[in-house]
Amino acid sequence: MIRSRTTGPRSIIVVFAAFVVCLVASPPQADQSKASPSADRRSDGLAAWQQVYTVLTHQRCINCHTATDYPQQGDDRHRHFANVVRGPEGRGVPGLHCATCHQEANADSTGAPGSHNWHLAPLSMAWQDQNDQLRSSAEICSVLTDRSKNHDLDGPALLKHHAEDQLVGWAWEPGRGLSGVQRTLPPLSRPQFADATRRWVDAGTPCPPGKAGD
Amino acid sequence: MATYQLNINGQRREVTTDPSTPLLWVLRDDLKMTGTKYGCGVSACGACTVHVAGVATRSCMVPVSMIGDRSVVTIEAIGQNPVGKVVQDAWVSHDVVQCGYCQSGQIMSAVALLKHTPNPTDKNIEESMGGNICRCGTYPRIRQAIKAAAQQLQ
Amino acid sequence: MSAAITAANEPLLSRRTFLRVSATAAGGLLVSLYLDLPVAAQEASQAPPKPQIYPPDAFVNIRVDGKVVIQVNRLEFGQGVHTALPMLLADELDADWSQVIAELAPAADVYKDPLFGLQLVGGSGSIAHSFQQYRELGAKTRAMLVAAAAEQWQVAPHQCRTEASVVHGPSGQLARYAELAEMAARQPAPAAAQLKEPSQFRLVGKEVRRLDSRPKCDGSLKFGLDLDLPGMKIAVVAHPPVFGARVKSFEDKAARSVEGMREVFEIPLAQGTGVAIVADTFWPAKQARDRLKIDWDVSAVEGADSATLWAQYKELARTPGNVAVARGDAQALAAIASGNRVVAEYQFPYLAHSPMEPLNTTVRFDGDRAEVWAGSQFQTVDQAAIAEVLGLQPAQVTFHTEMAGGGFGRRATPDAHVQREAAAIAKRLRGTPVKLMWTREDDVQGGYYRPMHVHRIEIGIGPDGMPSAWRHVIVGQSILGGTPFAAIGVKNGVDATAVEGVADTHYNIPNLHVSVHHPTPNVPVLWWRSVGHTHTAFVMETLIDELAARAKMDPIAYRRQLLDPKATKLRAALDLMEEKSAAWRSQLSAHHAVGIACHESFETGVACAVDVSIENKRPRIHRATVAVDCGLAVNPLTVESQFQAGVAFGVSQLMAKGAITLKDGRVEQRNFDAYTPPYMIDAPVAVDVHIVPSTEPPSGCGEPPVPVIAPAVVNALAKLTGTRYRSLPLVAM
Repeated sequence: MIRSRTTGPRSIIVVFAAFVVCLVASPPQADQSKASPSADRRSDGLAAWQQVYTVLTHQRCINCHTATDYPQQGDDRHRHFANVVRGPEGRGVPGLHCATCHQEANADSTGAPGSHNWHLAPLSMAWQDQNDQLRSSAEICSVLTDRSKNHDLDGPALLKHHAEDQLVGWAWEPGRGLSGVQRTLPPLSRPQFADATRRWVDAGTPCPPGKAGD
Repeated sequence: MATYQLNINGQRREVTTDPSTPLLWVLRDDLKMTGTKYGCGVSACGACTVHVAGVATRSCMVPVSMIGDRSVVTIEAIGQNPVGKVVQDAWVSHDVVQCGYCQSGQIMSAVALLKHTPNPTDKNIEESMGGNICRCGTYPRIRQAIKAAAQQLQ
Repeated sequence: MSAAITAANEPLLSRRTFLRVSATAAGGLLVSLYLDLPVAAQEASQAPPKPQIYPPDAFVNIRVDGKVVIQVNRLEFGQGVHTALPMLLADELDADWSQVIAELAPAADVYKDPLFGLQLVGGSGSIAHSFQQYRELGAKTRAMLVAAAAEQWQVAPHQCRTEASVVHGPSGQLARYAELAEMAARQPAPAAAQLKEPSQFRLVGKEVRRLDSRPKCDGSLKFGLDLDLPGMKIAVVAHPPVFGARVKSFEDKAARSVEGMREVFEIPLAQGTGVAIVADTFWPAKQARDRLKIDWDVSAVEGADSATLWAQYKELARTPGNVAVARGDAQALAAIASGNRVVAEYQFPYLAHSPMEPLNTTVRFDGDRAEVWAGSQFQTVDQAAIAEVLGLQPAQVTFHTEMAGGGFGRRATPDAHVQREAAAIAKRLRGTPVKLMWTREDDVQGGYYRPMHVHRIEIGIGPDGMPSAWRHVIVGQSILGGTPFAAIGVKNGVDATAVEGVADTHYNIPNLHVSVHHPTPNVPVLWWRSVGHTHTAFVMETLIDELAARAKMDPIAYRRQLLDPKATKLRAALDLMEEKSAAWRSQLSAHHAVGIACHESFETGVACAVDVSIENKRPRIHRATVAVDCGLAVNPLTVESQFQAGVAFGVSQLMAKGAITLKDGRVEQRNFDAYTPPYMIDAPVAVDVHIVPSTEPPSGCGEPPVPVIAPAVVNALAKLTGTRYRSLPLVAM
């Protein structure tokens, strides 16, 4: 559940009322194979979240959603060459900014990937831990839905980030390295990723149980 | 082939070339400006560093088609900039160069650092200069020259 | 001859005479005094000699504008000869240093190294071998200028003195060298040179800034790769993926579709064949090469494989090889109890030189002559090879020496393979200058590496804790074998460059047996800055350090005890290093350790102390104190630079990605991302260099910095981790 909403009070009342109406209007079912609508919604949401998680934890996404003081690169997520570092704003340092090499679009002729506003995700959005291990589904979901950590994004804003942000979109148009081979793609297409996000958001962005670090 | 109007060292220069040509080779081969060097072609060494719209940029990595009308400043003109001049003078007074091939890039990176961070710490220097290779190994003298330049600029 | 005796305050030459000098001599005094060859002016003639067009064997040209142009007989590729050799000449000449211009001499017999007999940079011999030569040139030129002035003034030469390009007479007369040049050219060249006492030096021994700094800082200096000639084309070559393989066939339709591409054709290489692409500029050349489809015939060549080679080498190292040294009692080792023995095996990978400026050569072939521009460490060798390919005599090949962006040995190739490629292409493009360029990938994958080595050592420790018996087997390719240098460098199956640093160790080991195996895998090899010392010094200095620790002795004191008393340079360096590092060695920060190493190479003694800690699982070298005995330091600033930077170069051997490896004949690394040289963070933060005061003749400084740093660092790491690293590079720590 998202802990706060930016939607206005009237819409909350409407939703709440609808919720109550649903509860009242749907008496407990005699057919025991069917779970309650709220449980359905939650389990749909969790299923959708699992799909989202598989994309977030694709190696190329982690290369920028990194817990380190430097970006990583490649499917094996090795340290980015030439000692480039995160810098104070995730944009590198003078002389060695991300923009020193990465332009607004892929440069296949030189092997440099590129997209609008190339930079690292903030450390709060790291999808690996300090030991370079993937963070758990529960952990990432918890962080993603914490508006004090996620740049104050609510469900619709998260959906917009996943579905429309240019830099995020680079993941599906990663360009070619100098070998001429296209860089690997996430396990879902962008429309599928957006759809999974939408279903997760519609379900109230449920998170799987478990402590952070599980 | 396409024609580009480029802004190089404050001058308008026109080139007609393959859009995929890196800026490095446009500078060196089309414009005969060989101060910017080819060291690796994959942005690992920094010898090709120029400033594009004030940002240190590895020209081997950027196709000319992506430059647009952004200003490009190369080693040939950086001495006209007050920070550039002080840096070049520090490099000479501290006898930094050996073979000298990497030094155009080193100087361009150092100028980018000092323009942004006029009083760099050792860590600032290591991070900003940390992606430039000097095969001869002049790193200790580069550090000294940057510090001297910073003092000069106070 | 026109000038008359003048009174003190009148100019020596009338304006008319001055102009005549300009018009006739077109520049003044030309001196070609190497080996006391007679100057043309000596051929007695009543008439004034005809003006000389500069012969290629000129060393000094005193121009009418006062500039003193000095030819440097060696490539300048960072080491500073462009400044240091002219300093020697200018000092003896008493030239005005601010008027000195240094030029890199073209290929010519007269510029050959006096000791090696070819024109080269190598063996750290530039100053050492040309020290006397350049001083004599300067002194003799000065003598001729003084003689000319003395004759004018009707005084004795010894009554004159010289300073800053001016001759001063005994009664206040003065004449500038530029004015005297023409007359001096007619003087007989003195048979002997009157050299200065060291106390008279004005430049030598002083910190003199490099002459080539400014143009290297403002982008104006042209390296070989920067050359541009009218009508010039660019060439790149597709080299075989396995050394020595041949082109079976190639398909070039896609390559030919690249705009700006001109020609594609097969060419012979030093080994095997390749495909050359010629284009108007570099980018189309590279694009076209990328689109070539080549079918290679690898059937006739061996596919070297690192894993296989390691196994072979280790097996070989357990058997005695060709003997380099057998001193003392061969049975001594066996007599020592196993508890007092150390057995160690070391591994060293192939290393690429990777100078910052990739290899390149420009050639124009005109049928009966050719012109070449290259930053070559081996001008006369390269000139001869190009001549051979073009069917010319060397004298028909004008070879210009360009400033080079580093070399470290890579630009000194006995087989002149890059030059041969360039000549083969130029031959096809007769009349058109063509610049052959190697990309960085060509460089990393192109062979001519420092060979891989395995060492196996068995040491028997005496009761005093010192090594009493030492059996050492080295396995590695012979660098000199198969080259014209084999005759002098390979004796009894031992390539001297493989065992230097061990066979000639200054440690007093009474029973020493050193032998070597030279396998011949299909990998071209070459000397890499300090050659055999790159691996032998690592072995010696880490083992000695281990023995010192076993004996519970201070590592410096142990070395001092074990070193031969006659190793004066090494001892002096060790003492000076100890003195200059004492303060910081006794005040180390927590989690820091000191590492010590000392080694003599190319007749220069070097000792080093490093302050090391571990950061992010890598050695961090906070400081290095380096002491050096190189005899007289001609330019202490150059020496300091060479040592500060040379130790950074030596760190190459420690880099996690600092190895060239082969799999089934193919080099696995392509560029700096996979074969990674030291960046600033990998090099020592600060290096203080101390030169032992000396008036002995100078010895080399180009290579001696390199061998000491890797063992010093690893000795420090042994204290920090408890592990003695014997396999380079340091991959996992």
